[in-house]
Amino acid sequence: MSPPRPLSDTPAPACTHCGLPVPGARWTGPGGPQFCCGGCEAAHQLIVDRGLSAYYELRDDEPGAARPDAAQVRFDDFDRPDFLARYATRTDGELTVTLALQGIHCAACVWLLENLPRICDGVQRARVAWTQRTIAVTWREDTTSLSTIAAAIDRLGYRPHPLREDAREAIEQSEERELLTRLAVAGAAAGNNMLIAGSLYLGLGSYMSADIYGFLRLASCIVGLVAILGPGRVFFSGAWAAARARVPHMDLPIALGLGAGAIAGVWHTLRGTGEIYFDTLSVLVFLLLLGRWIQYRQQRGAASSVSLLARMTPRLAHRIVDGIVVDVPSEVLQPGDTVEVRATETFPADGRVLRGTTTIDQSLLTGESRPVALGPGDEATAGALNLSAAVRIGVEATGTDTRIGKVLHMVEHAVRDRPRLVAMADRIGARFVIAVVVLATATGLAWARIAPDLALDRAITLLIVACPCALALATPLTLAVAVGRAARRRILIKGADVLERLASPGTMWLDKTGTLTEGHARVLGAVGPTWVRPLVAALERQSAHPVAVALAEAFGGETTVGLRVVDVQQSAGGGIRGTVDGHDVAVGNEAFVLDAAGAIVPTLRAAAASFVAEGGSPIYVAVDRAVTMVAAVGDRLRDDAKPTIDALVARGFEVGILSGDHPEIVAGVGARLGLDPARCHGGLTPEDKVSFVRGTKGPVVMVGDGVNDSAALAAADVSIATRDGAEASLHAASVYLGQPGLHGVLELLELSGRAMRTIRRTFTVSLAYNLVCVGLAMAGTITPLWAAVLMPLSSLTVVATAVAGARLPREEST
Amino acid sequence: MSVLFIALPIALLLATVAVVAFVRAARRGQFDDLQTPAVRILFDDVDATATPRDET
Repeated sequence: MSPPRPLSDTPAPACTHCGLPVPGARWTGPGGPQFCCGGCEAAHQLIVDRGLSAYYELRDDEPGAARPDAAQVRFDDFDRPDFLARYATRTDGELTVTLALQGIHCAACVWLLENLPRICDGVQRARVAWTQRTIAVTWREDTTSLSTIAAAIDRLGYRPHPLREDAREAIEQSEERELLTRLAVAGAAAGNNMLIAGSLYLGLGSYMSADIYGFLRLASCIVGLVAILGPGRVFFSGAWAAARARVPHMDLPIALGLGAGAIAGVWHTLRGTGEIYFDTLSVLVFLLLLGRWIQYRQQRGAASSVSLLARMTPRLAHRIVDGIVVDVPSEVLQPGDTVEVRATETFPADGRVLRGTTTIDQSLLTGESRPVALGPGDEATAGALNLSAAVRIGVEATGTDTRIGKVLHMVEHAVRDRPRLVAMADRIGARFVIAVVVLATATGLAWARIAPDLALDRAITLLIVACPCALALATPLTLAVAVGRAARRRILIKGADVLERLASPGTMWLDKTGTLTEGHARVLGAVGPTWVRPLVAALERQSAHPVAVALAEAFGGETTVGLRVVDVQQSAGGGIRGTVDGHDVAVGNEAFVLDAAGAIVPTLRAAAASFVAEGGSPIYVAVDRAVTMVAAVGDRLRDDAKPTIDALVARGFEVGILSGDHPEIVAGVGARLGLDPARCHGGLTPEDKVSFVRGTKGPVVMVGDGVNDSAALAAADVSIATRDGAEASLHAASVYLGQPGLHGVLELLELSGRAMRTIRRTFTVSLAYNLVCVGLAMAGTITPLWAAVLMPLSSLTVVATAVAGARLPREEST
Repeated sequence: MSVLFIALPIALLLATVAVVAFVRAARRGQFDDLQTPAVRILFDDVDATATPRDET
């Protein structure tokens, strides 16, 4: 008895494991678990068998939970000694490996994975780092192997990948720990010093004896010096570096204030009279470091999720050992291996074709969307897409030695050489620094004439009260809030300077394939009788060529069922011919179809010409030796391309296209988007794109997705990688759009504008505040004590403005 | 009041101990991932009630 099919209007039951709808054919009737695929069933079985069914109670109810891939992957190579030597650490009989996992998305995943010792005997410990999406597994060498563990994790629905070594990641990690350490010391010093200062202020004029008074001041001095000479040292080294480079920098007035305050404070402590500033200085150091830490954390969160994406190579390779095909992760391939690459798959390494002929799409590397023919002895590059037939290649280069690897290397260089704009805070800060130093000196000199013993006091008061906290604290806070808000909209910003650079319009270069267009062929239109369509669809099902896939998708449907296709012949770069339901059908370009039929009637020719004008390539169909139909196949523009470009132009951007594709196609796309033909460049190599970006005056924004864009992305002031972009482009770009389409570019500009407006508002508030205070300090109306009270107050106002200003727009937009 | 001569150094010493402890924890990477431990603490409860521990 066949299982009952659910009626079409009742919702399909949800898979017990992953929550996705269960296809009718797999439905096993009411009651009992339902599974959408064999992978989910196996995973569910494994989880229940090991007494871990609490997983289903723990997890979120949203569908799209980790979904095991039914395809079996072999992880045998994970056990190879050289692999273990590279990725594992060994401590007395136990091995530990960190794997990146795809699919961790809720607390239940963490729970399930950390219970790995129950699922996989011999595993000692499993620790998940959710933020990093990694798992550290420790196992006993003599009881199990990494391949068994990896297979178990894979069966649960989390595909494991060894993490490539990333030196920068390690540096960032220690940097963050260092920042946290400094923050802790500064925080402790600030808190304790405020307590001591409290007693001092409250004890003023009361019964406090002179020796207690002196002792408290000494304690404050010591704690303050710890803060200034310990965590506060970064400001001195920053100021020193800025002074040597002759660039006014934010650290300069801070260091001046700290230095002057500390020296005067020590002097006054030793003398036993006069103001000591250590409470204020400790709090200052703490607040400044807090601002830096918040900014660093926000940026790193976004950057590490991008770099994790870039560090994972989720591709598999079919390696052939003694005539048997074994699926392995492409990381383990070595030169000399033989690899089979099937139609629609990506070449995992550089190599020469040993057997078979095919056509490949090298657009990832060259940007050209036209297929290239490939035969025995020809060279194939990693990252190219195999279009028509399976081939075997002898691997010649892998990983970083491949051509793509070399482009990546170029990217690495360009990222390092990226010109750094002077940050807005530094630009304004520079003028501020000079003004404050000049004013302090003038105040000191003026008071030296009036009352010499007061001169130093007045000058220091001014330095403290004018301390540019707003610039140091409010700017990072505002930017951090903006970066966080962008991340919630799935726009990952690697560095907050992006927001500043985008604030003023400049030149924006866009890649064509995959960025402005959808990146794959589609049928744009067709002229001809409809009865031909099922025949075409049935025939094109036989091919994996992108044009064939597009035609099969557009013309396919229930109507092709039962059509018998025989005698199929494919011609690389020409077309396909076969007998469908007794009809001789040929589909292909003009030359190919003319070969199969006599002539093309003028009406179809005219239709073809109009298709070309719209940017599509004409594909003719001949049935029984008569050309009956013409269809246009092309890479369709994204729906939001035109509105986005219009909005960008309205904002004052100079928009242009940089593409590796054929110049005619690029010109056609440019014309439809209403762009200046002089700004639409086609037929460019990755190097050409870089020189275009470098040669553009003013701020340059590059938007792209392919490997061929990545060097240009790295060279631009701001680079935006679009969704599903190539690994290299993620690495090179400063912003990654996690949502499909170009709309994110506009949202990013909007965010940047808001953040900059908030910063300017904060600056105005704090400058006004400082002007008043500086005036009072110069006149000698406020004492250093009052300055010490007013200063944190000003910081608080500024922080409040920054956070409130950054938050308000979100309420507006929702 | 003179108790301050003893109390204050002790307070500062305690603060130093706390700071040193924090710094050591930070250097060992205890603050690298603040997300997982926050959910991990919940697991033992669920683990104990929903699935009795039959293994170590």
